[in-house]
Amino acid sequence: MKAATAGWVFAAPALLVIVLFFGLPVLAALALSLTDFDIYALADLDNLRFVGLDNYVGLLQNPLFWKSLGNTLYFVAVGVPLSIAMSLGAAVLLHSRLARFKPFFRTAFFAPVVTTVVAVAVIWRYLFHTRYGLVNWGLSWVGIDPVDWLGDPNWAMPTIILFAVWKNFGYNMIIFLAGLQSIPEDLYEAARIDGAGRWKQFRHITLPMLGPVLLLVAILTMAGYFQLFAEPYVMTQGGPLESTKSVLYLMYEEGFKWWNLGNASAVAFLLFLLMAATTSGLLWLARRRGIE
Amino acid sequence: MRRTISALVVNALLLLLAVLSLAPLLWMLSVSFMQPGEAGHFPPPLWPSQGGLQNYRELFLRAGMGRFLFNSFLISTCVMLISLLLNTLAGYAFAKLRFKGRDRTFRTLLAALVIPAQVAMMPLFLMLKQLGLVNTYMGAIVPGMAAIFGIFLVRQYARTIPDELLEAARIDGASEWRIFFQIVLPALKPILVTLAIFSFLGAWNDFMWPLIVLSDQSLQTLPVALASLSREHVMDYELMMAGSVVTVLPVLLLFLLLQRYYIQGLLVGSVKG
Repeated sequence: MKAATAGWVFAAPALLVIVLFFGLPVLAALALSLTDFDIYALADLDNLRFVGLDNYVGLLQNPLFWKSLGNTLYFVAVGVPLSIAMSLGAAVLLHSRLARFKPFFRTAFFAPVVTTVVAVAVIWRYLFHTRYGLVNWGLSWVGIDPVDWLGDPNWAMPTIILFAVWKNFGYNMIIFLAGLQSIPEDLYEAARIDGAGRWKQFRHITLPMLGPVLLLVAILTMAGYFQLFAEPYVMTQGGPLESTKSVLYLMYEEGFKWWNLGNASAVAFLLFLLMAATTSGLLWLARRRGIE
Repeated sequence: MRRTISALVVNALLLLLAVLSLAPLLWMLSVSFMQPGEAGHFPPPLWPSQGGLQNYRELFLRAGMGRFLFNSFLISTCVMLISLLLNTLAGYAFAKLRFKGRDRTFRTLLAALVIPAQVAMMPLFLMLKQLGLVNTYMGAIVPGMAAIFGIFLVRQYARTIPDELLEAARIDGASEWRIFFQIVLPALKPILVTLAIFSFLGAWNDFMWPLIVLSDQSLQTLPVALASLSREHVMDYELMMAGSVVTVLPVLLLFLLLQRYYIQGLLVGSVKG
């Protein structure tokens, strides 16, 4: 076997799996989203009809779709910046020469990242319990009345955002930490000689030097946050008053609770389009500001 | 003097963050040893009055936790082993073997990374239903058998293997398989450990796909079973916390033992990529 043949032979099994169980299904999803595939079609394919863009048009007229889209955008728009700020803050602290016990802190901050979303979401549901939760108990010490965290439509999404930030900030922190370590120390030295304070150093050296890393982290984090599902599924079941129903939650219910697989595929594609558009927007913004 | 104050502030903030990160996990552990009903009091108790394993006993004897644990281990191990083999073969091929259409294929793979996996789920479900794989272990394993990210990770690392090493082996008459198993695999060892942890953790923590494809309770993985238990037993704090411990502990231990590899892989996959 020549090296050229070996190349294909070695790559083939993985490519076959990816094409068969990912590539083809994605194309099929596009086709499926143009049909009215429902529980009747599931029983007998003769009931399947081509409906063009009806699913998409129907979704754009469906208040529940807009509601779940709004919830997802809320989660992304607040959760992503908060998550990145928290990661960056932790990384800067951990990078400081004054910090002690660095390996311990790094491991502690990272531990929530590897835990199972479902399991830790269950913990948070109890921590934020209105009557018996530790959080409200803590707040009562400083004289704040109990908040109905997961039962109040105004508070449920912020609680899920807090949960996501807690769970995820360690991941980006590691990436930022590597970025910080690659900034040459002389830059700070020169700035100190010019009399720049800590904040000025952060603003004019650290942030610009981290530009490309920040862009990458922003794109990856956003892609992850758009896929919100397990958190509301466990913590609120999409409620109260649909205030935590995400786009993927809608897709799951349409597809695997009501078996409207055509409609669910349309939801998935709209989410994909939205993610692609946001990523392009971010790249465009970065290029305009001169970050590669 | 100013330096001492700064050091104090930095370390105090770090400590605060560490407490916030670990407190929920430690609280879970503590409540899991409490008597049934003990945690549902005000003010919430932090420590079990008399520790015991009754919640764990209840979970394993009555709620079938052993079965879910077995399912999770089986599915995660299969995904890990199969994807390790397939991703390594492909990653090495893309890095070191010249073949027609190689670079175009790889670029296509990278471009496909932007498509969220959920887009494929509806047709995939129908396809597996046709194949009779819905409600089987295979159904949960199949989509995880190869991963673009894993191929990418191996390729990045395999590029550092010197070509002369491979050429020398070819001149000595070694077959491509022999080169792969005797030269390439040993050279890739660190990244293989990383990849193994990534895929095991990924499969263990995965929720949406197993939720869709495994409706039969006896086949469910820990996260799926835990989610449905938590709907039935909303008020059983102690039982649910024990369930969370059983779910989280294996992956947390795996991470603690092998964190060097995990973090190294995370960086190869993002910053240097």
